[in-house]
Amino acid sequence: MSEIIRRDPRKEWIARNRLHPDHLSVLAELGEGAAATEWMGPNGVIRKNPHAVGFVGPNGIKRIDRSGVQQAAVAGRGAGAGHKSAAEERRQVTIEAPAFLVAVVPDMPGGRLSSHDRDLLGLARQLADADGERPGAVLAVVFGSGEGFGELKVREGFSEAGIDRLIALGGDDFDGYAPEARLAALTAVDGEFSPRHWLLPDSKLGGADLGRRLAARLRERPATGVWQIEQDDACALGWRCTGRGAAGTTDIQRALPRVVLALAECAEPVSETRHAVQPLALSQSLPPLLGRIDDLGQVAVDPAGVALAEAEFILSAGNGVKDWEGFHQAAKALGATEGASRVAVDDGFMPRHRQVGATGTWVTARVYVAVGISGAIQHLQGIQSCDKVVAINLDPGCDMIKRADLAVIGDSASILAALVEMVQRQREEKRDAA
Amino acid sequence: MRPDTQVPGAQKTGTQATGAQRDGALEVAVLVSVGRHPVTGRARRADQDARGVELALSLDRARITLLHAGGFDEESESAIRGYLGMGFPAMTLVEQPQGADVIPALADKLNEARPQLVIAGERAERGEGSGLLPYLLAERLGWPLVNGLADVEKIEHGVATLLQALPRGQRRRLQVRLPAIVTVDAAASAARQSAFGPAQRGEIEAEPAAVEWDEAPPEWNVAPARKRPKRLKIVKAASARDRFKAAAAKAEGAGGQVLTDVTPEQGAEEIFKLLKDEGVLR
Repeated sequence: MSEIIRRDPRKEWIARNRLHPDHLSVLAELGEGAAATEWMGPNGVIRKNPHAVGFVGPNGIKRIDRSGVQQAAVAGRGAGAGHKSAAEERRQVTIEAPAFLVAVVPDMPGGRLSSHDRDLLGLARQLADADGERPGAVLAVVFGSGEGFGELKVREGFSEAGIDRLIALGGDDFDGYAPEARLAALTAVDGEFSPRHWLLPDSKLGGADLGRRLAARLRERPATGVWQIEQDDACALGWRCTGRGAAGTTDIQRALPRVVLALAECAEPVSETRHAVQPLALSQSLPPLLGRIDDLGQVAVDPAGVALAEAEFILSAGNGVKDWEGFHQAAKALGATEGASRVAVDDGFMPRHRQVGATGTWVTARVYVAVGISGAIQHLQGIQSCDKVVAINLDPGCDMIKRADLAVIGDSASILAALVEMVQRQREEKRDAA
Repeated sequence: MRPDTQVPGAQKTGTQATGAQRDGALEVAVLVSVGRHPVTGRARRADQDARGVELALSLDRARITLLHAGGFDEESESAIRGYLGMGFPAMTLVEQPQGADVIPALADKLNEARPQLVIAGERAERGEGSGLLPYLLAERLGWPLVNGLADVEKIEHGVATLLQALPRGQRRRLQVRLPAIVTVDAAASAARQSAFGPAQRGEIEAEPAAVEWDEAPPEWNVAPARKRPKRLKIVKAASARDRFKAAAAKAEGAGGQVLTDVTPEQGAEEIFKLLKDEGVLR
């Protein structure tokens, strides 16, 4: 077929003429379900039909939504073309020959970049992009393990966070608490690439520990608790930083050192560009290390003893739960901390200190399972900072389903029972294998 | 220093430590500092250091040495005596003037005393408070370091089994070869009260030490902490309608998966898979 678009003036004329007997069939043929709202006239001028667009509002007045969302849904042709998704709007940036490197070691709790990591990468971008003619590149050193580590899916988030170069170090050596192995790897990176800055998060998740170890090994005096940087040509690296000192009671302003441990919200995360995540590798494999610290794994803690605000995994019950015995049993079997919606607390099924939401506790769980909770706005506010939300509910139209990453429509009692059985079966298999 | 160069040093420690081990005691040194009350700003025993002392007191058959490096005046004396009031007849003071770098002096002292376990608070409540001291000591002495300790489970045959506190109330069990440096933070058990009488009766044995000055701090600009600006939710939108929508939006996930018309088993299977991927099941 030829690539040239052939116009059929007769069909266009019928499509314009609403009184023509073939009007509807021609419209359907041209691929327009409803009446055309925009078309090219015979003289090449775009014509619009305002009667075909818009919708009747709740008070009976016709409204036209000019943002293009409504037309894109109704008309399809022409209107939706300019509406790009947010990810496509980002400018692609590739830095081929960077003048210098800014190394960042994100925490990556749960294998994802945390908001603290994103802030830190934003800070790294500030340092790298300060000189427009000689831009630096942001080098991220990530440690990981397990299958699929460093896959494309992981890197997708990386490019939007502002990473130009990536060193992904995987293996059993870096699993769990392995500060000495990680430190050896970072020292090797420093020896090979000698980045101008080292940025680490000053966080309990490991960044604070690793950063101090790195600074001690590199014999650099780091700035800790940094929350602001400013350009200052009088300083050696061209930057001045402000960090917290003396248990957060003083602000120390000094020249930016090579190793920086920065607090959360030290900079705005990258929002306008996407970056090429080019993989780099160490030229030499790391020498074997005599481990002096052995990680024996995490210890099972009583989930009921963990404060709701800092629990990692919450199983939360609402009005839809009828089988309370089964719910408590499920929480115990899954090893989850129990939460509740306001209704469940008011009805006396759960204690007040277990209430999640604006009037109860703001939770920060990584996984939040909402059982029979419809999702009042106060409750949704309380779970704002949860990573993954799973909803089990009978009503497919409720707000919690819209918020959830995984929603299962069905009877909560039987689903929980099946889940408990599955977990117990898997535990037994593991025990048999061991 | 590379860890593999440390092997001879570690062996030497082993031979020296036999003296202490003969009577079955564990040599423990606790580094204590002068704290600052968060409200009044007065000198007090530092909270994390006091927790470290408490941890040392909980150890079985331990011979505890309290070690303070720094100046000695009226204000700091009352603070340091707070540690003595936790049940110690004496402590060691490594005399250092204000503005000195205490790390060489402390490292020399520890090298001399050769304790099996050094306990320190995570960061100081005065001065820079960078929390770097234990790391620099560990690097200098070539000892392993474990941070954020919650508890010491047992110590036998020169290997300590420790419980490390993780965020979100989790715990991790570690084994570390002694001698080692451990730091404690707010996750360790709270310190006991300090008794006034024993605190006043306790002796402070001052030891002179070589002084090295810390050059960097005079160049810094230190001011009382400013309140950090709260981050605003910035909405980049072209039209007023988008801005309004962003301001009034309900929290919605980015297109979650909805399973309708599934048996409870299938639904549970999907949830199980997600929980497994997230690693919250153990």
